[in-house]
Amino acid sequence: MRDILRILSGSRRFLVGFFMFGAVVLFAWIGPYLIDTDPFTRVGGLYSPPSKEAWLGTDNFGRDVLAQLMYGTRTSLWIGLVGGVVATLIGVTVGTVAGYRGGWIEEALMGLTNVLITIPSIVVLILLSIAVDSRSATVMGVIIGITAWPWTARAVRAQTSSLKTREHIDIARISGVGTLEIMLVEVLPYMLSYIGMAFVLQFSEGILSEATLSMLGLGPFQTVSLGVMLNWALLWEAVRVGAWWAFIPPTIFLAITSFSLMLMNAGMDEVFNPRLRQHQ
Amino acid sequence: MPKLIDSAFARYLLQKILWYVLAFFVAVALNFFLPRLIPGNPVAVIVSQMAQQGVQSAALERLYATYMAEFGLDQPVHVQFIRYLSGVFRGDLGTSFMLYPSKVSDVIRSALPWTLALQIPAILVGWTLGNVLGAVAAYKRGVFDRTVFISALALSRVPYYCLAIILVYLLAVTWPVFPVAGGYSFGFYPEWSLEFILDALYHYTLPFLSLVMVAIGGAAVGMREMSIYELGTDYVNYAKRLGISDAKVVRYVFRNAMLPQVTGLALAFGTMVGGALVTENVFSYPGLGTLLFSAIRQNDYPMIQGITLMITVTVLIANFLVEIAYGFIDPRIRAAQVGEK
Repeated sequence: MRDILRILSGSRRFLVGFFMFGAVVLFAWIGPYLIDTDPFTRVGGLYSPPSKEAWLGTDNFGRDVLAQLMYGTRTSLWIGLVGGVVATLIGVTVGTVAGYRGGWIEEALMGLTNVLITIPSIVVLILLSIAVDSRSATVMGVIIGITAWPWTARAVRAQTSSLKTREHIDIARISGVGTLEIMLVEVLPYMLSYIGMAFVLQFSEGILSEATLSMLGLGPFQTVSLGVMLNWALLWEAVRVGAWWAFIPPTIFLAITSFSLMLMNAGMDEVFNPRLRQHQ
Repeated sequence: MPKLIDSAFARYLLQKILWYVLAFFVAVALNFFLPRLIPGNPVAVIVSQMAQQGVQSAALERLYATYMAEFGLDQPVHVQFIRYLSGVFRGDLGTSFMLYPSKVSDVIRSALPWTLALQIPAILVGWTLGNVLGAVAAYKRGVFDRTVFISALALSRVPYYCLAIILVYLLAVTWPVFPVAGGYSFGFYPEWSLEFILDALYHYTLPFLSLVMVAIGGAAVGMREMSIYELGTDYVNYAKRLGISDAKVVRYVFRNAMLPQVTGLALAFGTMVGGALVTENVFSYPGLGTLLFSAIRQNDYPMIQGITLMITVTVLIANFLVEIAYGFIDPRIRAAQVGEK
C-alpha cells in the first residue's frame, strides 16, 4: 500500500487531482459541522444575492445556497461512491468469471455485457428510476452501479483471458487449488492497478449520472444533491433571472469533482503505463 | 461495388444485424417490464394525484376504469406484452396521459427532428475536430500537447449541461447575444422559409456549441492516446529508420489510430445522449429531452416509455451504421472473414 502511494505520488497529474478531490471531500464532510444552517430552512428572501448572512445567497425559496452546496456535495459524493463500488464489484466479478471459466459461461456473460453496452445506459437508468418509488441516495447509487458495470466487465475479461495462460496459474491448478481461490489469489492481484483505475472512473461517472438523472427530475427524494440543486435552478428559472449563485456553484463543484477524479485516473494510467510516461 | 459486398462481408453484415435485433428485443423487454415494477400501477398513481386535486370520486372511478381499459392494464401481463410488441411494430406507442388524448407517437414525431438535428451534427463535428486536435497534439508534443490534453480532459469531463448553463448565463443573460431558450422565436411556426430557418439557426447556436465543445474534448483525449501508442510501435521506428518521410509515417499512424476512434463514435451516440437530453432541457429546446422532462414531472408513463424506446432505437441505428462503416474501413475485418473460409 505504501509502495503504491509512493509510486503514485511521482505523477504530478495524480497529485493535483488527489488534492483537488481531497478539498471537495473535506468541504462536504466538515462543512456541515461548521455552519448550523439547514439546507431546507428559509433564511432569506427569494433569490437574495450573496451577503454576510448567506455567503452564497439564497434560492427560490429563500434557502441558504452554501448549506445546500455542502450537503449536496456530500450526497453526490455518496451516490458516486456507492455507484462506483457496485459497478466495480459486478464488473470485476463478471469479467473474472467469464475470462477464467471460458466456454459457454463466457459466451453468455459477455453476450449479456455486450447487449447492455449497446443499449444506452441513460434509458435503463430512467426506466429503473421510475420503477423504484422511494429513491434514497443509496438506492440511487445502487441503480447507477447496476447500469454502469459492463465496461469494467469487458476490460477485466480481456485481462483475465491473457492472465489465464500464465504458468503460475497452471501450477496452482495442478496443485489442486480451487477455482474460486485461483481467481481471488492468482488472478485478481495482477489486475489491482487496473481495477483501481476503473473504480476511479466509475466513481466519477456515478457523480455525473446522478446529476443527469436529477436534472431530468429523477433525483433522490427528500435530500439535496448537486444535480437536485441544478434541477431546482432550472425549474425556478434561476438562469433567466440571473441568480448565478444558485447554479454556478453546483456546476463548478460537479466539474471540479469529476475533473479531479479524471486527473487521478490519467495519473494512474501514466504510472502503470510507462509508454505514456515517456511521452512527457 | 460488387467486390466489396462479397459473401464474407455479407456474413459480417448478417452477424451484426442479428446482434442488433437481439439488443432491440432486450431493450423493448426492459422498456415494457421495468415500469411495471411500479407499486400499484401507473393509472392508480395518476388517479390518486387527481384525487388530491379534488376531482370527484365517482368521476375518478370512471376515469380509472377507462384508463385501465384504454392502456390495457386490465389484461394479464403476457397479453399486455404481446399487445405492446405489436403496437411497437405498428408504430403505435399508446396514448399520452399528460396530453390526453394525443398519441405518444405523434408527439414524439414532432419533437424527434429537433433532437436529431441538434445531436447528430454536434457529435460528428465535435468528433472530427477532436480527432484532428488529438492527433496533432500527439505528434507535436511539448506545450501544445499538454495544453490540448488538459483542456480536452477538462472539457470532456464537464457535463454538457454545465457548459450549457454557463453559456446561457454568459451569452444570453449577462451579455444577450443569443436567445435564452426555445428552438425558434415566439410567433414563428415551423416551416421551410428562409426567415424561419435563420431564426432556428440563431436559436441553435448555443445548444450546438455546448455539445460540440464537450464532444471535441472526448474525441481528442482518445485520439491523442491512440496516436501516442501508435507512434511508439515497431513499425513506426522501422519506417523511420528506412528513411520514409515523416508525412507518410504520420499518415500510417493516423489511419491505424483512427480505427478505435470509429468505434468511439458509435459509442458516443449512446453515451452522449443522456447529457444531450438535459442540455435540450436547459435551453427549453423543443426536442425529446424537454418532452421527457415534462413527461417525468407529470408521471406520463406511456410518454416516458415511448421516448426511451425512441432513444434506444435511434442509438442502435446510429451504432449499426457506424459498425457497417467500420467493416468497410478496416481491411482486417474483411481479411479475417475471408481467411476463415
